[in-house]
Amino acid sequence: MTIRARLSHDTASVALGGKAVARALREAGVEIVPVGSRGMFWLEPFLEVQTASGWRAFGPVAATDVPGILEAVRVAGTHPLSPGRIEDHPFLEAQMRLTFARCGSVDPASLQDYETAGGLAGLKRAIEIGPKAIREEILASGLRGRGGAGFPAGIKWNGAAEAPGDVKYVVCNADEGDSGTYADRMLMEGDPFLLIEGMAIAAVATGSTRGFIYIRSEYPLAIAAMRRAIAVAEDTGLLGASILGSAFAFDLEVRVGAGSYVCGEETALLESIEGRRGQVRAKPPLPVHAGLFGKPTVINNVLTFAAAPTVLTQGAGFYRDLGVGRSRGTMPIQLAGDIKHGGLFETPFGVTLGELVNDIGGGTASGRPIRAVQVGGPLGAYFPPSLFDTPFDYEAFTAKGGLIGHGGIVVFNDTVDMAHQARFAMEFCAVESCGKCTPCRIGSVRGTETIDRLLKGPDKAAQMALLRDLCDTMKSGSLCALGGFVPYPVLSAIDHFPEDFVAR
Amino acid sequence: MSSAVNMAGSAWSEDRARAAIAPHAAAPGGLLPALHALQAEFGFVPKPAIALLAHAFNLSRAEVFGVASFYHDFRLDGPAGRHVLKLCRAEACQAVGAERVAAAAHATLKLGWSETSSDGAWTLEPIYCLGLCASGPSAMLDGEPVGRLDEVKLAELIAQAAP
Ligand SMILES: Cc1cc2nc3c(=O)[nH]c(=O)nc-3n(C[C@H](O)[C@H](O)[C@H](O)COP(=O)(O)O)c2cc1C
Ligand code: SF4
Ligand code: FES
Repeated sequence: MTIRARLSHDTASVALGGKAVARALREAGVEIVPVGSRGMFWLEPFLEVQTASGWRAFGPVAATDVPGILEAVRVAGTHPLSPGRIEDHPFLEAQMRLTFARCGSVDPASLQDYETAGGLAGLKRAIEIGPKAIREEILASGLRGRGGAGFPAGIKWNGAAEAPGDVKYVVCNADEGDSGTYADRMLMEGDPFLLIEGMAIAAVATGSTRGFIYIRSEYPLAIAAMRRAIAVAEDTGLLGASILGSAFAFDLEVRVGAGSYVCGEETALLESIEGRRGQVRAKPPLPVHAGLFGKPTVINNVLTFAAAPTVLTQGAGFYRDLGVGRSRGTMPIQLAGDIKHGGLFETPFGVTLGELVNDIGGGTASGRPIRAVQVGGPLGAYFPPSLFDTPFDYEAFTAKGGLIGHGGIVVFNDTVDMAHQARFAMEFCAVESCGKCTPCRIGSVRGTETIDRLLKGPDKAAQMALLRDLCDTMKSGSLCALGGFVPYPVLSAIDHFPEDFVAR
Repeated sequence: MSSAVNMAGSAWSEDRARAAIAPHAAAPGGLLPALHALQAEFGFVPKPAIALLAHAFNLSRAEVFGVASFYHDFRLDGPAGRHVLKLCRAEACQAVGAERVAAAAHATLKLGWSETSSDGAWTLEPIYCLGLCASGPSAMLDGEPVGRLDEVKLAELIAQAAP
């Protein structure tokens, strides 16, 4: 009898030798179902082999491990690479997976798998209850945009629905440029139909008939997975003139970015889809009133759309009852950098930063003490361990001078040079600035130079004052959050780690 | 019109450039997909293609050049080397030693960022995050993702690549 196995085909698995493992399995006559990742990246490449008593997990697997694993499966013996029944793994058990419920266990190319595992129920209900009721449900759920700004999704959808115009668009921001974040990529590679379903719900809710997914070019596997899923969806009537046989029409297209961080900013992204330089637009008008090609447009992050089916199937109340304060529902948190158990951890808001980094992440992989963590990507603040009691909650992070952003946490050990990190933030801003406004375009270059002078001495106090003044100008004078937020990493590094800024 | 043979792509041909542009010319916002298609065909966006794009999209050449030059992906000066190594320089990879790997790459390939070796074998490029942040330091070699990179693994990759 042929042995069946699920092998992660996630970018991370491929990057760690997954293709060689696949080859070895095929040579051994094993039938492979390529799946997404469970998000436990220390176990990638991750393999599950079907046995009479269920699936047996192994990881991290190298091609040379394959014969031993197959032998262990054959004789039902133990194996050193087996983490046990994967559903019982403490890292998975401690999570509440709503958005990532299926990721890693379904074949991302199979709509049938998706539906069997509970997919499409949200869209079916959405079609049943109609546009206004969907929007009420999303608004009542408290769902906020997961891309960074945390704007209530329901308000955005209402804005687009109520805007006049017979052509409207739904745009998915899959530009995911933040360092330390990969949830969008994981979802698109592991459960692409969930994003399609979420966008279709948004289309029905707002009266849109056409959608775009803007994916960064750095994500070739995600692009391929989305395109494949869209083709299946078109063939089966999930997309097209009559979605799931309803009176609603929705078409979807992937557009590929071209290596620009600022194109993740929503108006720059729209410019980019329109075929222009990715320069930020002044607001107003808001995209919901005049967005893509001047038409009312809903633009949301991958995870925001992907949360919508859960809200529709489980109900607004269920979702709203999770979380703390004004941060409702679950957040897919991404642990990265020098961390033992790097991976995706989906949990209701409210868990503390320290719990995430130490208890769930297991501390550093290097074994060295943690010195700083950067939360929220390159524009997020650096927090020292003294702030580890901060709960994961939009407002709580703002109160401590930080931001959650897209939920990425990057751990640095005690060898980090915080002056170097501050300088890098300014330099990154200079490289990626769209150039539209002076504080960011010029300020980021001057900021880099000022940090260089500050570190050389001798007029340290004067340079420090200049740098703070410059950060002030960038914060209040920039048109978008690239120039406006770069003071967060810079000033947090100075304020929490002043000892790294003495002249050398 | 240049007739030089490009290492990473094929030689300039107006017909093939037109064929690459055509499927995108009528699409709203088709300029970016058209630029991607040209780069896939020739390994870069050759200068004569700018005029073709301007015509196809009813734009000025300056506008087309402005778009192409805005994006880090588009190569305007010529094709990349036969092997393109993109190393992640972003924070999560820095936290696990990306700068040491980068220093080793500079030393081994004798290339700075965005440089191509004179024999056309290698191009070294910076990249800011590949979404592999939990398994860094990360890289992309000829379009294939690579994780948990260190100096030893880097040396192996370079040695194993065809000349
Ligand atoms: C410089 C910059 C980069 C951004 N990058 C992203 C990104 O990669 N993905 C994303 O969803 N939002 C990004 N944003 C936020 C978007 O502008 C926007 O708030 C978001 O797409 C709205 O979707 P949401 O409400 O679902 O979060 C970025 C913002 C700025 C200023
Ligand atoms: S802050 Fe920077 S990226 Fe944003 S609009 Fe101004 S120049 Fe462009
Ligand atoms: S920071 Fe290097 S892959 Fe994300």
